[in-house]
Amino acid sequence: MNREPDLAATDTQEAFVAFERVQKSYDGETLVVKDLNLDMPKGEFLTMLGPSGSGKTTCLMMLAGFETATHGEIKLGGKPINNIPPHKRGIGMVFQNYALFPHMTVAENLSFPLEVRKISKSEREEKIRRALDMVQMGEFGGRRPAQLSGGQQQRIALARALVFEPELVLMDEPLGALDKQLREHMQFEITNLAHELGITVVYVTHDQTEALTMSDRVAVFNDGKIQQLAAPDVLYESPENSFVAQFIGENNTLLGTIKEIRNEYAVVELDDGELIDCKPVNVSKPGERTLISIRPERVEFNKERLQEGAHTLKAEVLEFIYMGDIFRTRLRVAGKDDFIIKTRNAPDQRRLKPGEQIEIGWLPDDCRALDA
Amino acid sequence: MSRLSSSGPQTADAPTPEDAFHETAALSDRDREPRHGAAADGPMLAADGTPLKKSLARALRAQKLRALALIAPLLIFVLVTFIAPIADMLFRSIENQIVQDTLPRTTAVVQDWNPDTGEPPSEAVYEALYRDLFLAAEARRHTRLGQRLNYEETGMSSLFRGTGRDVDDFGEANVETLEDLDDRWEEAAFWVELTSGEGGEGVVDAARERYMRLADLSSRSPLGDVWCAVKGVFAETCDVAPEDVDLGFSLSGTFAETFPRTAEAYAEFAVFMALEEGETVADDEPWEAVYVALDQDLRALSPEELAAYDGPNADALRAAQEALAEVPPVDFRAAFLNSDEDWADIDNWRTIQTYSPPYTTGYFLNAVDMQKTPEGPALRDADERIYGLLFQRTMFMSLVITFSCILLGYPVAWILANLPMRQANLLLILVLLPFWTSLLVRTSAWKVMLQQQGVINDVLVWLGLVADESRLIMINNQFGTIVAMTHILLPFMILPLYSVMQTIPPSYLRAAKSLGATNWTAFWRVYFPQTVPGIGAGSILVFILAIGYYITPEIVGGTTGTFISNRIAYHISSSLNWGLAAALGTILLVVVLVLYWAYDKIVGIDNVKLGG
Repeated sequence: MNREPDLAATDTQEAFVAFERVQKSYDGETLVVKDLNLDMPKGEFLTMLGPSGSGKTTCLMMLAGFETATHGEIKLGGKPINNIPPHKRGIGMVFQNYALFPHMTVAENLSFPLEVRKISKSEREEKIRRALDMVQMGEFGGRRPAQLSGGQQQRIALARALVFEPELVLMDEPLGALDKQLREHMQFEITNLAHELGITVVYVTHDQTEALTMSDRVAVFNDGKIQQLAAPDVLYESPENSFVAQFIGENNTLLGTIKEIRNEYAVVELDDGELIDCKPVNVSKPGERTLISIRPERVEFNKERLQEGAHTLKAEVLEFIYMGDIFRTRLRVAGKDDFIIKTRNAPDQRRLKPGEQIEIGWLPDDCRALDA
Repeated sequence: MSRLSSSGPQTADAPTPEDAFHETAALSDRDREPRHGAAADGPMLAADGTPLKKSLARALRAQKLRALALIAPLLIFVLVTFIAPIADMLFRSIENQIVQDTLPRTTAVVQDWNPDTGEPPSEAVYEALYRDLFLAAEARRHTRLGQRLNYEETGMSSLFRGTGRDVDDFGEANVETLEDLDDRWEEAAFWVELTSGEGGEGVVDAARERYMRLADLSSRSPLGDVWCAVKGVFAETCDVAPEDVDLGFSLSGTFAETFPRTAEAYAEFAVFMALEEGETVADDEPWEAVYVALDQDLRALSPEELAAYDGPNADALRAAQEALAEVPPVDFRAAFLNSDEDWADIDNWRTIQTYSPPYTTGYFLNAVDMQKTPEGPALRDADERIYGLLFQRTMFMSLVITFSCILLGYPVAWILANLPMRQANLLLILVLLPFWTSLLVRTSAWKVMLQQQGVINDVLVWLGLVADESRLIMINNQFGTIVAMTHILLPFMILPLYSVMQTIPPSYLRAAKSLGATNWTAFWRVYFPQTVPGIGAGSILVFILAIGYYITPEIVGGTTGTFISNRIAYHISSSLNWGLAAALGTILLVVVLVLYWAYDKIVGIDNVKLGG
């Protein structure tokens, strides 16, 4: 699902959506959003990902116009929109609880944005029909929202946000209320639609899988700041700090101290005295405390597959969990009981047994030394 | 699964879940056949062959009974203390038994009288009236009837009261003739001897029943019997029920046959003595009506017929017949006219005739400004119509109050619903505060505020907006009532509105704005329609409360700001015309029900939300 974002365009063109040094405070004492800078090219699908209270929804609401920025400027299509009321911004929005008007039918809900734009009746009908067909809900125009299932309401909410053909659509955790299967299906549909229509989407979620599968770029929020803004694969494979590493995907962490940095690799001495090779990310000098992170699927216990001279660690198998497509094994490594490795369920794969003593290792590139 | 269960503590032949599954499958196989066949269009059957509806009802019965038991205490309480009295009160709007109960004989014979002849009724009617009125006057019940008939025809009250005083003296000459003839006629014992015997129970029982109806004595119900039995256990005694009181007298059948009027009058005397005075006929000489009745009876009998009578004291009776032949018979009509000339008035008699039946539409006609006329119901004269105006005013003012409440309450409810919880709760307490203050205090406060020397006028004069000599009149008129009642009923509008608005997430308004709606469009097309159920609930509450409001209009309403309820209260407590009050109340109730029904048709009662 990951598409190559047209990052080159960002530099040459003026950004379609731009946050410039935006700050937001509700109480005048703490900043919910701290110095936010963000440029989005036209047609991008950008996800704001972060735990609750990280400021991502506030950013979305500022963009929609329901909150005003305490400081800084938000630009849309090059024009500052700080003083434009929400209804004049022409931004489509899908809400977490869909916010379909319960006293109107589906068709009336879709007609609403067209009516306030004084579009003629015949044109309205045509647009409504097209929008409903687009989300495969063509036969539901006469129903009331309460008569629809969650997934159907979701589609209608989407159709309503798109029916007046906005260039920018904001989505605030739109799939939060759906069950897993439906959610995955809708993720696929939303991304497809967005790319077909060429609209720019800002999508807010706290579900990292959703963020990874849908977006061109993901902005990971924490503590009112963007921790990392990158394409999903970059985010997953090259997290820039320990927050991103731990927030995105499953992650094994070990604490240690930088012993030396040579060439592009660092040797880290773990707290129990063992040495391992890592790629330094945001550590610079020996003696610095570091948190090293290794993805469970990049850990290797088959010596033949390891690089010559790579450092290995002793490990004891504590638990073996059969999960169908993969095996998940919990190990004790360097005194920690929660080290997880994932192995593919292949015919030649060895199933580790609890109590077994093994040696594990990894490519230095897969092991990242981050700030502690 | 079955392997597991057989290794458990269960015995091998105990049914396992799997067995049950097979059984159901087999059952459904078996059932499938008839369903497609003859029974296909019959009712759905349960597993044991009974109709599914029936077995479901059986299964739910215990549940329903329990639910009923839970509400039973309140239900009984409400029935006994609320529904039953109201039903009784409403029943009074058509009930008219007092005329028949007080004048049973008169109402029977006056039906034959044709008022169109322009002649007063015949002597027989006056005679019946004498006999009825005499008993009623002794029991002091005639004034009540006079009052009742006075609602329909002015002057009836004094007519009955005056004649009630005189009725003892009717036929005085004849009574005195008897008493002068023989001292024995003045002896109680003589009369007892004359009338006692066996076989006259029917006459006595009829008299007792007549008297009980006249004096509003009710016989004891089965429930009363039970209560008395319970009291008996604790060695307490009940008063004897009126139908069981021993008269200490038994009427002779032969006497009653020969002297029917006397027997009737004497039986009434006996019942009166026993029930009212707690004495017997032996304690006192009979009242004048008995003498007059004997005079009538003796005149009706020929000497031969009287000679054939062989009861006790027959000789005295024969002597009396001879003596009475010397004096003229009692002229009842003359006696009545002598007491009050209005007894010749056709209108009075027409009123008695019209209101003879036990039920009447008179109160209702009265309540809608109509009256009974010889040509049927007709509108009263324009200057006598008050209730139509009052109903209209009540409706109009209630509507104005309801709209004022919506206008004032809606923004408050909106603020309440959109403030943070803490501040909303604080404000809500302010809204609820009036509930904790006495209604009377709040109304009186408005009196202080609005009166001509009151706070508001003072401020206006001080500001120079109003000249001192032309202070505004804001109290004792419609304005005062509307202001005070809007204030008092406002919480009933705010609370349902608030609870409905609370359930509307702010995202609806945001969604509307993001779709391009201005603040006003978003409010009017998205927010407002969703608050309509709250407006409906609040309006029903306020309107129905307003339409029956009493205290506030009474205090601040003056003459132009009073409601129909004030008139009802007047008839209940001052004029004592309960029938009219009940009729007005019934109309008010029907109006409310009709409005409720109309509201249900238009808005739908399901759309009314008081909370959640």
